[in-house]
Amino acid sequence: MSVVLVDAGGTNIGSVRYALQRLGVDASLTSDAAQIRTADKVILPGVGAAGPGMARLRELGLVDVIRGLTQPVLGVCLGMQLLCAHSAEGDTDCLDVIPANVSRFQETPDLCVPHMGWNRLSTVARHPLLDHLEEGDWAYFVHSYAVPMGEYTLASTDYGGGFSAVIAKDNFHGMQFHPERSANVGAKLLKNFLEL
Amino acid sequence: MLSRRIIPCLDVRDGKVVKGVRFRDHVVMGEIVDLALRYRDEGADELVFYDITASPEGRSVDRGWVERVARVIDIPFCVAGGIRSVDEARAVLHAGADKISVNSPALERPELVDELATAFGVQCVVVGIDSMRDADGEWRVRQYTGDPSKTRSLSRRTIDWMIEVQRRGAGEIVLNCMDSDGVRKGYDLEQLGKVRAVCHVPLIASGGAGAVEHFRDAFTQARVDGALAASVFHSGAIGIPDLKRYLQHQGVVVRLQGSCGHE
Repeated sequence: MSVVLVDAGGTNIGSVRYALQRLGVDASLTSDAAQIRTADKVILPGVGAAGPGMARLRELGLVDVIRGLTQPVLGVCLGMQLLCAHSAEGDTDCLDVIPANVSRFQETPDLCVPHMGWNRLSTVARHPLLDHLEEGDWAYFVHSYAVPMGEYTLASTDYGGGFSAVIAKDNFHGMQFHPERSANVGAKLLKNFLEL
Repeated sequence: MLSRRIIPCLDVRDGKVVKGVRFRDHVVMGEIVDLALRYRDEGADELVFYDITASPEGRSVDRGWVERVARVIDIPFCVAGGIRSVDEARAVLHAGADKISVNSPALERPELVDELATAFGVQCVVVGIDSMRDADGEWRVRQYTGDPSKTRSLSRRTIDWMIEVQRRGAGEIVLNCMDSDGVRKGYDLEQLGKVRAVCHVPLIASGGAGAVEHFRDAFTQARVDGALAASVFHSGAIGIPDLKRYLQHQGVVVRLQGSCGHE
């Protein structure tokens, strides 16, 4: 099985790659359109901001390439947000393969932004990506923007109200947390993705 | 609901994990990767590695061990030590660290915090603050604490610096309370409680943990998001699974499930 990590300049690429290695998969890091199109699985990692992330995909000529993919695609953290229609972060139009919008967490005296740390996952809709996930499993999050609950939400997390922790539409999937940094739970979910 | 984080801190010197009392007289505690794996298996929520000699010696952190840790560890980790520029930070992040923490270099040049936040997002940027109470009762910032002969006392008040770094783009703050560090009498609840009121990003307590009650107090009284400790974990005086069970029993939200070993 060929798995590619889209090199869109995200800083967590190394960690995602190592996590896949721990599952026995040697993913290649690429920004080559042909290699991305022919891969069995495509992962779009990302740490950073939506604007520069989209700018980088445009520069690399990858916007239409990713939009046109039919194999399973997984966006992680910012990568998940880039799969959506629009992000409030820098008022950025994104890839729009999952029709959802990304908004900022509202900071309150009791709610620190960024949402940083371990929080629980709750299944909203059954999906093979969530196989063996148990109610309340912990995942590691680091983000200031999130996808509100909606039609494409598979799992939710509560932080001053529920938001989408896992989303999917057709072959496109997103995880807001970092599976590569979520210990056994993350490994389980990455494995599920590889088996889709 | 977000869990409170238990964070073993590994002070790194010449490629080994070391620990000293009040930041002095360091002794070797073990190999970096061995200790990192041990804490991961015990259920640590995150790890922090401080290259304690990098900043006083004017050099950046060694990337080799960052990569070795990133390959085997599946919980987040933060690297600190002499990161002075966006390029140095990028190298550490690309080696696999999830966050970078800046301390002395941010005091040398506060704009560094803005530059890091712009380049990587605030979520990657941790600011470490070494704080000590002066004779007038005010807490002020210390610089280059990794080497006692080079440590400097600054006129900058801890609380002012804390407000400034948040404005500049700190996504998390680790407050090292030097008066209580290494003596295991508990976290500096008075100071942590005071700064909590002005800290709108996650606040991590550091310095003073000696008993499980100290962790509880930091979470319930000072309302910190995470508690960092070194010697009590390295020595085995407190086991992380026991600590977490205790905290859960005390009503503190902690990550227990699936945290010990592979399923």
